[in-house]
Amino acid sequence: MSQVLQRTSPTGTRTTKVIGALAILVMAWVVVSGLVLTPQDVVQGESVRIMYVHVPSAWIAYLAFIFTAVASASWLISKKHSMGFDRFAGASAEVGVMFMAITLITGSLWGRLTWGEFWQWDPRLTTTAFLFVTYVGYLAVRRLEGSVEQRARRSAVVAMLAVLEIPLVHFSVVLWRSLHQGATVLNPNGDVKMDDLMLFTLFSGVVGFTLVFVWLVLHRQRTMLLVDVANRQGLDAAIAARQTESLVK
Amino acid sequence: MKSDSPTRVGKGKVVTAVFLKDVQIELRSRVVTNQVLPFAGLVMVMFAFALDNDDVLQRVAGGLVWLATLFSLFIIVQRSFAVDTADGALDSLRVAGIDLSAVFFGKAIALAIKLIALEIVLICSAVILYRVDVSATGLVLLVTCVLCATSGLAFVGTLYGGLTAGAKGRETLLPLLLLPVVAPVLIAATRATEAAFGSGGAQTSEGWAWIGLLAVFAAVFGVGGSLAFGSLIDE
Repeated sequence: MSQVLQRTSPTGTRTTKVIGALAILVMAWVVVSGLVLTPQDVVQGESVRIMYVHVPSAWIAYLAFIFTAVASASWLISKKHSMGFDRFAGASAEVGVMFMAITLITGSLWGRLTWGEFWQWDPRLTTTAFLFVTYVGYLAVRRLEGSVEQRARRSAVVAMLAVLEIPLVHFSVVLWRSLHQGATVLNPNGDVKMDDLMLFTLFSGVVGFTLVFVWLVLHRQRTMLLVDVANRQGLDAAIAARQTESLVK
Repeated sequence: MKSDSPTRVGKGKVVTAVFLKDVQIELRSRVVTNQVLPFAGLVMVMFAFALDNDDVLQRVAGGLVWLATLFSLFIIVQRSFAVDTADGALDSLRVAGIDLSAVFFGKAIALAIKLIALEIVLICSAVILYRVDVSATGLVLLVTCVLCATSGLAFVGTLYGGLTAGAKGRETLLPLLLLPVVAPVLIAATRATEAAFGSGGAQTSEGWAWIGLLAVFAAVFGVGGSLAFGSLIDE
């Protein structure tokens, strides 16, 4: 067990250090280009700069929840029920919730400047908000009492139920009403209506946020492993103490 | 010569036994009739105080009926599983070697019966307090809506009730988990009920599209719940 602690502590490795350094470089470029180099939008003015944070964070949030679902399904399907899948699912969901919060906050700010309102009952917005609350619930389930195996089983099942839930929520809200601005970059015609530097900055943002996501998830799942090991060691120590106590009596 | 292998109880018998147990507990304790129904009735009156406009009340009556149902759902689900966890009955069922999907369906059917009783009272109070009218064709739509929406709510309520049973902070965790899941039921049931009531000039025919969504929801969580329930109550 101490070998596990030694292997995972500190949580950084050469790979994560490279990813972290790359993330800092790319994000620094996005900040400079997004705030200074790129032009204003003809219609949206300065508010278009929010897009360089909003779009990548939304992309990462959805990616994180897909990873959580895949890792949870892998835990359920695999015969060994490797705890690595569970920790990866949990770490990915935690980071996803953080990026989803950033998406909702930046989206509200952009909406206030563009639509004149912080919130509109648009299907994509509403589904995103429901996704956020659903994964906050998922994280609450992960903190329920029980063994590591119970936590893994419960949270994997809840993640799978969320996969069932989200399309139903989205479809019901789409039937209810629709307002969100159409896709600008990934539109079905492949006709991109954006300045080259703006487009490059946006893609840089996506790459930078993805690097940050990978870095955070790798570190977080390693700290989760340390917590699990520490908890188990604490239990082993308590059992050993009781055994010693009973032998002395 | 007798076989040494234990006799496996049939799924239908387990469903019936669990259903009768839950109904019998309710008939003896009368929690739904003595506490939940008055609570739901009070919520309907409070909505009238808050909105304070007859036209608005008529317009939103469908939504208020289903909101009151959702608030009451949390109480009924928590009560249903509190009884089972208090004396370890859920653990006993789990270790008895019976099919846990049958336990899921037994508890879901019992929950559905309680919800239907509640919804009848809520719809009657909407007719009386909010002065909504229901035509004959609207009544057919309303009954179908109640059956489909209640099935979905009962499946989801049983599933997440089983997950949070015995957990610390279950009173707050259950709404946090349930509310996002039941959002499609709230939207679809409200629109179908508004069509049945004719609220805001809605036609009865407009409501049938929402029944499809309610049926899909019930089917998805009926199947998903029967598969997941055993894993979620495993302690």
